[in-house]
Amino acid sequence: MRESCRVFIHRLAALFRRRHLEDDLDAELRSHLEMAAELNLRKGMTTEDARREALRGFGGIEQIKEIYRDQRGLPIIETTLQDLRFGFRMLRRSPGFSILAILCLTLGIGANAAVFSWVEGILFRPYPAVTHQERLLALTGTARGESGPTYISWPDFVDLQRSCTLFDALIVTKIMGTTLSVGDRAERTIGSIVSANYFGAIGVHPILGRGFERGEDSGRNAHPVTVISYQLWRGRFKGDPEIVGKAQRLNGVLHTIVGVAPEGFYGTFVGWGMQFWVPASMEENFEGGGYKLEDRGARWIEAYVRLKPGVTREQAQQEISAVAKRLEADYPDTNRGRGIKLWPLWQTPFNNAGTLLPTLEIMLAVVVFVLLIACANVGNLLLVRSFARRHEMTVRLAIGAGRGRLLKQLLTEGLILSALGAAGGLLVAHWCRHALVLLFPARAGVSMHLPGEIDWRVLALSAGVCLIVTLLIGLVPAIQTSKIDLASALKSDSTGAVGGRGRSRLRSGLVLVQVSLSFVLLVGAGLLMQSLQRIRAASPGFSTRGVLFTAVDLVSAGYDAQRAQYFQDELAERMKALPGVESATFARVTPLGYGSYSSTPIAVDGYQPPPEEQPTVEYNEVGPDYFSTMGIALVSGREFARADDERAALVAVVNETMAAQYWRGRNPIGERVQVKGRWMQVVGVAKDSKYQSVRETPKPFFYVPRRQNFSVGAGLYIRTPLRPETIAAALAREVHALDGNLAPYEVITLQEQVDRSTSPQLVAVTLVGVLGGLALLLAAIGLYAVMSYAVSQSTRELGLRMALGAGTSNLLRLVMSRGLTLTAGGVLLGAAAALGLTRLLGNLLYKVSPRDPLAFGWALVVMTVVSLAACFLPAWRATRTDPARALRD
Amino acid sequence: MPTSKSEVLQGTLDLLVLKTLDSMGPMHGFGIAVRIQQVSEDLLQLNQGTLYPALLRLEQRGWIVSKWGVSENNRKAKYYSLTRAGRKQLEQEAESWDRMSAMINRVLRTS
Repeated sequence: MRESCRVFIHRLAALFRRRHLEDDLDAELRSHLEMAAELNLRKGMTTEDARREALRGFGGIEQIKEIYRDQRGLPIIETTLQDLRFGFRMLRRSPGFSILAILCLTLGIGANAAVFSWVEGILFRPYPAVTHQERLLALTGTARGESGPTYISWPDFVDLQRSCTLFDALIVTKIMGTTLSVGDRAERTIGSIVSANYFGAIGVHPILGRGFERGEDSGRNAHPVTVISYQLWRGRFKGDPEIVGKAQRLNGVLHTIVGVAPEGFYGTFVGWGMQFWVPASMEENFEGGGYKLEDRGARWIEAYVRLKPGVTREQAQQEISAVAKRLEADYPDTNRGRGIKLWPLWQTPFNNAGTLLPTLEIMLAVVVFVLLIACANVGNLLLVRSFARRHEMTVRLAIGAGRGRLLKQLLTEGLILSALGAAGGLLVAHWCRHALVLLFPARAGVSMHLPGEIDWRVLALSAGVCLIVTLLIGLVPAIQTSKIDLASALKSDSTGAVGGRGRSRLRSGLVLVQVSLSFVLLVGAGLLMQSLQRIRAASPGFSTRGVLFTAVDLVSAGYDAQRAQYFQDELAERMKALPGVESATFARVTPLGYGSYSSTPIAVDGYQPPPEEQPTVEYNEVGPDYFSTMGIALVSGREFARADDERAALVAVVNETMAAQYWRGRNPIGERVQVKGRWMQVVGVAKDSKYQSVRETPKPFFYVPRRQNFSVGAGLYIRTPLRPETIAAALAREVHALDGNLAPYEVITLQEQVDRSTSPQLVAVTLVGVLGGLALLLAAIGLYAVMSYAVSQSTRELGLRMALGAGTSNLLRLVMSRGLTLTAGGVLLGAAAALGLTRLLGNLLYKVSPRDPLAFGWALVVMTVVSLAACFLPAWRATRTDPARALRD
Repeated sequence: MPTSKSEVLQGTLDLLVLKTLDSMGPMHGFGIAVRIQQVSEDLLQLNQGTLYPALLRLEQRGWIVSKWGVSENNRKAKYYSLTRAGRKQLEQEAESWDRMSAMINRVLRTS
């Protein structure tokens, strides 16, 4: 064993000293022959005989050298190096071909690597600074009769923490925003409300100060402390080394900065980088809606758990479901019909992982298509070259090269191409790391954070792709070579015809594949585009035109309820008084925004809920004239007026779905509904509208007057035909007049708000569109290359036809029809594939059938136009054939 | 391919080279070839060239080492000499050769 090891090292070392060893061998053999000749001379031979006799005694010098060399080095490596050198030389000799092939592969592999890195950085390992994120799961509540995930309450969370044994840790994190004023600069900032164990549990250690301490997440507003992010510390606090212990006003309350998080930690929310963290005891200060830490009915928490090593999600789910069952039995008033669900990190429903998941899934399929098209293109290019190299191959075979050796060389050439393509592709992926963020519409003041992650897994996958590509493109010319028939090939090459079959079949097959794959992508892009249009055109149930939205952050400014009420009433009146403004009002939660509605268990006179269900409905707190301002029609009754204030009777407006569900055909006007223990009288029924997403199905919902359910934070809605910029200036003046320290947020139209809420669809359309375009371009290049080659190979036939009287139009038709036949075949195949495949778009499509004829038609038109363009140039060149020369050559 | 035959030859050649270097001390390739032919009284007809792959093989295994030197006629030549591992190998090979030939002798006589 040690011996063979030594031999191997000896041989390996020889690889690096080849020239030296070769000289050595030469010298040694020369000295041998000279000594032999000398001896022969002494025996009395003539000089000439002495030399000849020495050579004879030695045997074949070159043969011996060959045996010696094989034994000295490692033949496998040496031939591989030889192949590599040869391959590079071949690439350098035809730079046009090489650049085109490498470019195609760079695009194909780059698209794959980029999507891999997004999937890794957004879905699978979104929190690089967090230890053991592979054992992290997302946790949400469920409710019987509701399909989506729900929040959970703090008391439930505490009970889970106490009862579950399979977790290392359970942590709470809830995204929220505030206006942060440092010095004279105020900016919208995003932060998290977390449980006290947060930093310890995820293994993130503040670089200055500390994380939160046990107990800091209990007590009403009891612990005004905060940990700030590294970026915030560097940017807004100028890296102040004495920052710990200083006070910062957050949402009106002075917080002590107790720590600075390390660089590269952005919190645990896919999509947004967190700038600061506060313990759960401060929740009310940021979210309003009352003190929730002792209210089992108040659901607001998003949570993560980390499994103990070796525990599966199923086991954990079983345990946690058992605990949820017990809670249901112990607290039927709040927990009836409530469960708990664990989600793999990549399906996290409460951040952008959930919204981007369907898009990224589709992208994985799309980039495979693009890669296949790129491979087909390069395969085609290699094929053309392998015709040109037929003679070389034939000669090599004839002088005794094994077919295996030739195959190895062809694969090596493929490997060089795909490795260069993979290197370029990784560069592309590196550049595209942050590209996803660019696709989301910009928002004033808040930056998104959606980084791709190129780690060893992405590298390994890309290397795998590279190897597959090598096989795909290396085998194409190999198939061709294996068919070489020595006898006939050594005779002269035959000339082809435009319609000729045989060896062009493989190339046509490749083009067919390309056309059909890009057709599928075109159909997909068309479907998504249409779906986006429908979503944007769909009525959300309120006016999107003529209504502007903005806000003034009174919470951060430290307003109490009384001052806020006065300020908001006054501002609404002042806005209404402006010329061109029809109405203005406030509401707590913006439809289709990120804020969460209040929710409450309800009771309705005369409605008996099913035994296992506790009806819970979401609601919004809105000001007078809300419905007319927003353009939400009332089916019956009235809307809120200024008279519906603290002193008046409690009232509510329900939507149509709620009326139908709980009053079952009776008129709800004048009936009572119980909300958070208080009975309210229904005074109106409003049309259904969209509340959280344009794509949601109608759900029960109701409204209560702000005056009777006041909280400081609210958005301002202005009904006016004026442009946002015009209103913004007037608004800033009015706000300033009321309080010189305040400034309003940006003013946007509600259409803008709808558009922002549909950004995941926009992202999907843009990505599929860009890659579909790329695929189309590659396919066009492929078609063009095949047709040009066919024309260049059949000049003799074309010349003959011309000599026999074929006109320009005849030749055009001849060449074009061949190209278009290929296209038609590809389109047919593609259409068949698309019919089966577009169903996969499923969730991303909105009110568009996966077999929508418009999308198929659109794809057909684009494909036809592109292939006409790709065929025209070669066809036109065919008509320029000089018959005399073509026939002579 | 006469692999088996050449393998036998290889093994024998290795043993002869080792033995030669053991009894004669450091030698160059030509010297080894001449010596083997002399000792075998020209019974072993081999192309002198085949000696060189054998020398390389032995050197790779660490049984012999080589060094450039100057021959008796003032000519540059590569000298090979036995290492300690090579001497041990020679002893083993010689012993097993003895055992083998003794066995073959016995077989030939008894039958």
